[in-house]
Amino acid sequence: MLAGLLVVFPLVASLMLFLMKGRQVRNLALGLSVIPFALAIAAYMQFKHNPDSSNLLLNCTWIKSMNIHFALGLDGMGLLLVLLTTFLVPLIILSSFKTEYTNGHAFYGLILLMEMALIGVFMANDGFLFYVFWELALIPIYFICLLWGGEDRARITFKFFVYTLFGSLFMLIGLIYLYNHTYTVAGTKSWAIADLYAAGQGLTEAQQSAVFWLIFIAFAIKMPVFPLHTWQPDTYVTAPTQGTMLLSGIMLKMGTFGLIKWLLPIVPLGLAKWGGTAITLSVIGIIYASCIAIVQKDYKRLIAYSSIAHVGLISAGILAANQQGVQGAVIQMLAHGVNVVGLFLIADILLRHTGTRDIDKLGGIRSMNGNFAVLFLIVLLGSVALPLTNGFVGEFLLINGVYQFSPVTAAFAGLTVILGAVYMLRSYQGIMLGERRDAAVAFGSLAGSDKAVLIIVCAVIIAFGVYPKPLNDLAEPAVKQILSVVNK
Amino acid sequence: MVKLVGLVPLFPLIGFLINGFFGKKLSKGLSGTIASVAVLASFVVSLLLFFDAQHLPGHKAEVSLFGWISADTLDIPFEFLIDPLSSWFLLIITGIGFLIHVYSTGYMHDDEGFQRFFTYLNLFVFFMLLLVLGNNYLIMFVGWEGVGLCSYLLIGFWFKNTDYNNAAKKAFIINRIGDLGFLLGIILIFISFGSITYGQVFEKAGIVNESVITTIALLLFIGAMGKSAQIPLYTWLPDAMAGPTPVSALIHAATMVTAGIYMIVRSNVFYSISEVAAEVVAIVGVATALFAATIGLLQNDIKKILAYSTVSQLGLMFLGLGVGAYSSSVFHVTTHAFFKALLFLGAGSVIHAMGGEQDIRKMGGLKGKIKVTFITMFIGTIAISGIPPFSGFFSKDEILAHVYEHSPVLWFFGMVTSMLTAFYMFRMLYVTFWGTFRGTHEQAHHLHESPSSMTIPLIVLAALSVIGGALGLPEFWGMPNWMHHHLDPILYRKSVSMLSHETEWMLMGLAVVAAAAIIFFAHQLFVKNRVLPEANEAKLKPWQKLIANKYYVDEFYTAIIQKPLDMIALAFHKFFEIQLIDGIVNGVGNSVKGIGSVIRLVQNGNIGMYIISMVLGIILIFLTLFIL
Repeated sequence: MLAGLLVVFPLVASLMLFLMKGRQVRNLALGLSVIPFALAIAAYMQFKHNPDSSNLLLNCTWIKSMNIHFALGLDGMGLLLVLLTTFLVPLIILSSFKTEYTNGHAFYGLILLMEMALIGVFMANDGFLFYVFWELALIPIYFICLLWGGEDRARITFKFFVYTLFGSLFMLIGLIYLYNHTYTVAGTKSWAIADLYAAGQGLTEAQQSAVFWLIFIAFAIKMPVFPLHTWQPDTYVTAPTQGTMLLSGIMLKMGTFGLIKWLLPIVPLGLAKWGGTAITLSVIGIIYASCIAIVQKDYKRLIAYSSIAHVGLISAGILAANQQGVQGAVIQMLAHGVNVVGLFLIADILLRHTGTRDIDKLGGIRSMNGNFAVLFLIVLLGSVALPLTNGFVGEFLLINGVYQFSPVTAAFAGLTVILGAVYMLRSYQGIMLGERRDAAVAFGSLAGSDKAVLIIVCAVIIAFGVYPKPLNDLAEPAVKQILSVVNK
Repeated sequence: MVKLVGLVPLFPLIGFLINGFFGKKLSKGLSGTIASVAVLASFVVSLLLFFDAQHLPGHKAEVSLFGWISADTLDIPFEFLIDPLSSWFLLIITGIGFLIHVYSTGYMHDDEGFQRFFTYLNLFVFFMLLLVLGNNYLIMFVGWEGVGLCSYLLIGFWFKNTDYNNAAKKAFIINRIGDLGFLLGIILIFISFGSITYGQVFEKAGIVNESVITTIALLLFIGAMGKSAQIPLYTWLPDAMAGPTPVSALIHAATMVTAGIYMIVRSNVFYSISEVAAEVVAIVGVATALFAATIGLLQNDIKKILAYSTVSQLGLMFLGLGVGAYSSSVFHVTTHAFFKALLFLGAGSVIHAMGGEQDIRKMGGLKGKIKVTFITMFIGTIAISGIPPFSGFFSKDEILAHVYEHSPVLWFFGMVTSMLTAFYMFRMLYVTFWGTFRGTHEQAHHLHESPSSMTIPLIVLAALSVIGGALGLPEFWGMPNWMHHHLDPILYRKSVSMLSHETEWMLMGLAVVAAAAIIFFAHQLFVKNRVLPEANEAKLKPWQKLIANKYYVDEFYTAIIQKPLDMIALAFHKFFEIQLIDGIVNGVGNSVKGIGSVIRLVQNGNIGMYIISMVLGIILIFLTLFIL
């Protein structure tokens, strides 16, 4: 019941918004977007009470001839990501209050539609359904970027769309291949996740290797992992702030989530053979993107590259396929989602208040708005993973996980600790400290909606840095469960 | 009683929150009082804990607050440990911390960022307390990085000044290099021992492969190199003097920079087992001690002199750790906290009197003008120079005796270091306080003693610098060495002096005579002959220039690390990213588009063309069917 509602409600809300007119639509959007979060909290309560509750499951036949089911369910990890999604969407909507979007009803409608698809991805227990939600998520974000984006949006958005769609086709081939092999394990062809796991594990090493790459490429493009990342910086910069938040805060977690739930348990042999290569790529990406971030002038582009670096570590931790690495990845997905929304809002605030995001043109904002400086600093600290911020818990577990794969690789991955500090502090100093520069002359005070979002983000950063136990309590058994399948 | 341990960090945390949230609405007096009282309250609780801890079974108590991070076998509780080591550091941190808070209420009185200053200062004390109170390595790491953050915030306290901001950034980044080593060390501890809680790790240390222990010890030491400013990661500390002077006293002399010492004493098991690691610590320590002392000889900024002196003294402590003299090093941490905090605060008082001037060449003749500052700084200088019966004499002598036992060569370098120390310290003292006043007329008119909020902490610290040696009287005098006995329970291998009494007397005598001779020499030079440090850098001899420019190490690091990093980053960005990778991606996209535009020509809307191709197609199909 609850499971179905989680997916259906955002869809209904989205349709309602599409039919609305006028400026008040954003208030309605905000109000409606809080409800899925309430539903997710209800699901959390239910899950704590009884993880196997039928309330959290939905399974009905969808396309009988191909044995496709509309199967939804929640484990601890899926629940965390649903909580993240439903928590972030209201914040994302609130962060748009100071920007006037033409056709707001369509804008907010698309955001809610996107939310539906994302929740679907995190809940799907049927391979085909997963793929449908996966592709469905691309459509609203494509239009958000295309219609409300910035300079050169048509070309950049097209590239983003084609690139990710192209990647997804590999996954489709991989899934169909697995589907065709379910016959031997399930007696009938099936898209059910457990059957796909069994089918994949029944394959030879060579077959598993092929499937590994087919599916990995789709996820790697989505995250993105080096060297499949070049669509990302342009897209992040050009997309409207809310689009960037959706892309980086939630959508990239489809890729990392996919790795854990839809790749590791399916092809353990393929992982054993090729995981090391994929980890190496991920770690190269950490260093590579961090270095590039150091020389960025546009703060939004800098965050885009820092996101590639962070995701590289998450990906490496997952592929290390041990409890610390994978659990760290789950925790870091949540932290990264929250922090990056804060960072992109800060980039947006800079642009709105000064007319530029160019670090070289900014400076001295701290002396004009101390509160903003503090909030900015807290988000930054979360991002550089200072202990007692949410970023640290995941990062520590991730490096730990990678270390168990290879100490040397972990040392390289750990360079993020140093390089992250370099680009984050450099840019903070350039923007906030020093003498006041021309662009920052009349910075003024923050709008109520911006302040609210930043305060909530900062509160979460500290709260889950000091007390991450509720998150770990959900992630730990879920990851253990998945790894037990992987290591069977 | 030990249950109250949570209160120790709680008070400064509350002070931080009050000043952080409501500081702007508070008067300066109230804000400073809240911050100071918070630390005082911690000190009182620490005292109670300290006496209580003497009677604990097994000399320790663990207090668990909540489960923090858990992932399968990795289980890290937020847990505190009270034992002889932590309870002693609590006293140093909160005691000295309180004095410096009081001092700061006077020193920072006219600063518009007064409340912000105390916010950061309380936060620092909170993290420093976590660092020493944690019962596992990760809590230590929390405090470790937390104090690094506060150090960053306080070095760059005057955030409009770009140089200060650069110094702050440099401190944070260099510390992060060390922190990565520390972090990897913690992970290796977990992997080797299945736990990172001190007790569980140390009891199994004997059964783990020695090469693993060595790796762990070296990784941890990388962390210590960063935080405690040892070669090659020391360059941030002299720059850190950009922060307000009380910060230099508290963070960059008395407490934070000794965290590396604390970490190694805490982990003494590893360094007792791994001789390689211990030797590395000793060599890095002695090299840093000597190297920094030589730089100190030719500095003219009063705070820079003290900064290099701090680096050098920390090196001496690591030398002690390297030869297994753990309790001697903690003893020196303690006396150093007294006299170096005193010297920094005294320097602050001088700077205050001089209206912000820090160059000793522009001072001179201050001894009659600011008497309390002069007398207390004089005491501090004697104490650091190793003249009995002042505190520094006992702690330094104890370290050097152990070093001699280990290796006379290392002892020799240690001796040279302490002679250099006596020289540059008395040089600073003589040039500042003797001779004639060399400042501007306006400064001369303005000269005044600091308010009592500043002088009282000076007097207290001076008293401690005089009597602090009583904490560790030499055993060969037949006296009880309290520090030695106090720390005994936490040491894996007890250090017992094997030297004969005659040797010990001889070493001690030699040290005193050498120091006295150096001081006499300095007196001749700077008081009798009134030699002044060269004001014109162009006139320096080449070797002096080399030293005055700190051996160009900063320039060297810029050339081999910073510049290449920027170049690599640019190369990645301009070439690899835009030309190569994205070039390939766009190339693939464009060629697909290209093929598309060629194939599109076929669909040109000409029906005749379609019919012809249809016919051709049918023929082709038939042909293939027949042939096959």
